[in-house]
Amino acid sequence: MNGRIHPGINLRAGDQQPTTEGVMFGFWVFMMSDAVLFALLFAVYASLSGNTADGPDARQVFKLAPAALETGTLLLSSFTFGLASLAMKYRQSMAWLQGMLAATLGLGVIFLGLEIHDFMDMARQGALPQVSGFLSAFFALVPTHFLHVAFGCVWIVVVMLQLRVFGLTHTTRTRLLRLGLFWHFLDIVWVMLFSFVFLRGLL
Amino acid sequence: MEDRQAFGRELRRYVVGLVLALVLSGAAFALVAWHPLPPDGLLGVIAGLALLQVVAHFRFFLHIDLKQSHRDDLQLILFTGLIIGLMVAGSLWIIFNQNQRMM
Repeated sequence: MNGRIHPGINLRAGDQQPTTEGVMFGFWVFMMSDAVLFALLFAVYASLSGNTADGPDARQVFKLAPAALETGTLLLSSFTFGLASLAMKYRQSMAWLQGMLAATLGLGVIFLGLEIHDFMDMARQGALPQVSGFLSAFFALVPTHFLHVAFGCVWIVVVMLQLRVFGLTHTTRTRLLRLGLFWHFLDIVWVMLFSFVFLRGLL
Repeated sequence: MEDRQAFGRELRRYVVGLVLALVLSGAAFALVAWHPLPPDGLLGVIAGLALLQVVAHFRFFLHIDLKQSHRDDLQLILFTGLIIGLMVAGSLWIIFNQNQRMM
């Protein structure tokens, strides 16, 4: 049973408890409800993206290079989180686990910085939420993802501190697993964002 | 020993996931940056690449597959997919219709 990978429960058999399954499934339900929220913001964006009300349009305010850089950063942070999960499962060392979490946090913060830079750039061009339906929908959708990443970063800091104080107990283990699900989920939302907001706008 | 093999196997999954994600994203960005194809239908290609990448993320990062023991989570995801499909299609239908009437 060593290599068993259950969705979200990447623990070894000895590290699991009867409640683990239910707790993780509950978190999946939360994530899927969050996915529905994002999907509706996407639908609103899709239907309003043509209504620029003589303001700047997508082609004028979106830039390809920063979006590509943000994509790379977030993908890499998902990978480093995967390495953190493996460090936990195979008990390499606390230093490895904390190091990989720190790397994920660093990449997350870089991503946030890049996005803030983008938003400021748009604001300088007069692309503010109140200008048009397109920009209102854009600033409802993309900063929602931004906030998720920001809370994810806070969450990583909290889990890192808990690991320091409590060590790898069953509680901190499953907390780390849920944080992992959340972080990978954010990456999936970003895939939809860069495809249907940035790339579609720049076609 | 068994541990090390399992570790290697799982590490490989994450590496495959990362490479797939980077290749699929890179392809989508390259299509928009250099326009090697006519713009008609390009959005469809990008949507296809995005969908493939989402499946890759579920498969390699979130460990979702079609095995019996994973069915609960898979069913939850498929059901959410259905809900999202209904809500998004319905919203688009209504909002576009209203948009047209206001023109």
